[in-house]
Amino acid sequence: MSSSRASKSHPGSLVFAILFVAFAGFLVTQLSSETKFSSKGQLFAQPRFWPAVGVIGMIGFGLAHLWHQRWNRLSGELGETVIWLRALEYLGWFMIYVTAVPIIGYLAATILFTTGLAFRQGYRNREQLGLAAGLGLSIVLIFKTGLAVKIPGGAIYEYLPSALRNFMIVYF
Amino acid sequence: MELFGDAISILARWDVVAALLVGSVGGVIIGAVPGVGAAVAIAILLPATFSLDPIVGLTALLGIYGSSMYGGAIPAILINTPGTAVNALTTYEGTPMTERGEARRALSLAYSASFFGGVFSVICLILLSPVLAAIAPMFGSREIFLAALLGIVLVVLAHRGQVLIAGAMASFGIWLNTVGLESIQYSQRFTFGQSWLSGGIDLIVVVLGLFAISQAFVLLVEPDKRSHAEPIKGGLLAGFKELAVYKRVATVSSTFGVLMGMIPGVGEFTAQFMSYTYAQKTSKSPEQFGNGSPEGLIASEAANNAVPAAAMIPLLALGIPGEALTAMMLSVFYVHSVVPGPGLFQNQMDFVVALYIALLILNVLVLIFLLFSTNVLLKVIEFPTRSIGISVLALSFVGVYSLRNSAIDCGIAAGFGMFGFILKRLELPIVPIILGMVLGGIMEAKLRTSMMRVKAPLDFIDRPISFLLFAILLIVIGSYIYTTIRSRGSDK
Repeated sequence: MSSSRASKSHPGSLVFAILFVAFAGFLVTQLSSETKFSSKGQLFAQPRFWPAVGVIGMIGFGLAHLWHQRWNRLSGELGETVIWLRALEYLGWFMIYVTAVPIIGYLAATILFTTGLAFRQGYRNREQLGLAAGLGLSIVLIFKTGLAVKIPGGAIYEYLPSALRNFMIVYF
Repeated sequence: MELFGDAISILARWDVVAALLVGSVGGVIIGAVPGVGAAVAIAILLPATFSLDPIVGLTALLGIYGSSMYGGAIPAILINTPGTAVNALTTYEGTPMTERGEARRALSLAYSASFFGGVFSVICLILLSPVLAAIAPMFGSREIFLAALLGIVLVVLAHRGQVLIAGAMASFGIWLNTVGLESIQYSQRFTFGQSWLSGGIDLIVVVLGLFAISQAFVLLVEPDKRSHAEPIKGGLLAGFKELAVYKRVATVSSTFGVLMGMIPGVGEFTAQFMSYTYAQKTSKSPEQFGNGSPEGLIASEAANNAVPAAAMIPLLALGIPGEALTAMMLSVFYVHSVVPGPGLFQNQMDFVVALYIALLILNVLVLIFLLFSTNVLLKVIEFPTRSIGISVLALSFVGVYSLRNSAIDCGIAAGFGMFGFILKRLELPIVPIILGMVLGGIMEAKLRTSMMRVKAPLDFIDRPISFLLFAILLIVIGSYIYTTIRSRGSDK
């Protein structure tokens, strides 16, 4: 089998293979405590059967994949893992956005998110930031105002006059 | 004729027409933006379609699926960057043609070949319907279990050179599907005492994380890129005349697209590769391939555009998705309690025919749109990649949060986004995870049901279809082992 061929040249493959097998190994150790096996019923109908198929497949294929990665050099692995960690910054941006929506409302949170992230990405002149704000506004207008997707109003809307509050909750 | 009349009446609504227009035009635009693609767009839009009628939601999603490859050919030809992954082979012929000043010819050929492939596959689908309607009721629980198992095996084996990690990812998907409260003995599985895991891990959350959020991370982390393409002068209809010269290549390539589309896990890449190889082997000027061969371009585009309609066959007839996009569409069916599978063909054939007709109309709409708006679409190609990343991340939020307003879902999606980002960096397969989740659930339910009526192991395959599926399974695995051993032998 040639699983290693396609991924051998990629730095980070070995670290990924080790982490995947470690996770699969952890799941195997939890199989008996996290799933039920009753003395009655067929093997295929046991609640444990399909989780076992999954984790045994993960550990089996994962170990075989790791075996094929064994000749990979560790050099370059660190650089690649640093790139993975760089993505965590954007994960952080996303989660802050998620937290902000129920507090300051979808409209304000989205415009702040798109302009803030645009600024962080190096789009810093007035026109670029204006476009980013326009992008945020368009997303809100299409999805919340137009398609009426279910996104609740922000807690901050409670402080608005009642007529405006209802309008903001429904459309923004 | 009555069936067609019923199907037309299903489609003759303003919201369906609007969905067709938005889906087809939107799909072309999304396809033309390098680094986005139909999977990202469908993942984002999926929750928004849940509030729509099934036919409206499915038409919009089908529109995006069917039209994105049309749009993907534009950057593939003009800037040597495939808009969607399946337009990669188009760059081999399209870019050299552009370099020698034949961009208009290349685009025109790509549009006409795509149109031919798309329409050809819908016609095949319509002609196959009576056969499918006759065969589908022969699929009981054990046949569907074996078909799902065959699907997962094919998906794994289709990742040549990455079979082991594809197997690991499919197993991961099977495991993910089991997390939460199971419905037979009501026991918790892998919830670790956390109440938020009791409901399981939602497929849409995983899909959005693995496809959309991960792609946003890729675009935001990598250096900003901005492309430029020269405007096209003149009409784009001439390709149809040239297509008539290469009608054999177009027909055979579309046939490959239909056949490969029907087989779970195989899809556009294999269809394209087979068509391209066939076109090169049978060409009078094979030396042109890779240097701007019109036949190569036709083979690539006709084959990949023939796949979407064909990929609907296992989904509609058996309820078994063959790849990630149809797996996503399956959730639209489930949300509206429309169960695709044998029953759909027996009881709601008008709905199925309506989908076929919608596919046919969308190919016409896309062609008209492209003939008049290619130069406008060049602006889309010029978007800086990081700005696209910002848009995708903001849109991903709508997709996840609108499901059930859960910050936990967003956290899970972000986690899968991170996982998908790593997989994309390492060029490891993502699709087996989604198919593992979907097909794992089907296999669990169907095996349990079918084993109730099975006394001895051989009873499982005592019906013609189950025996046939089992035999195919053995042949597929056997031939994979055989070719692997043979290639190892030749390596030594």
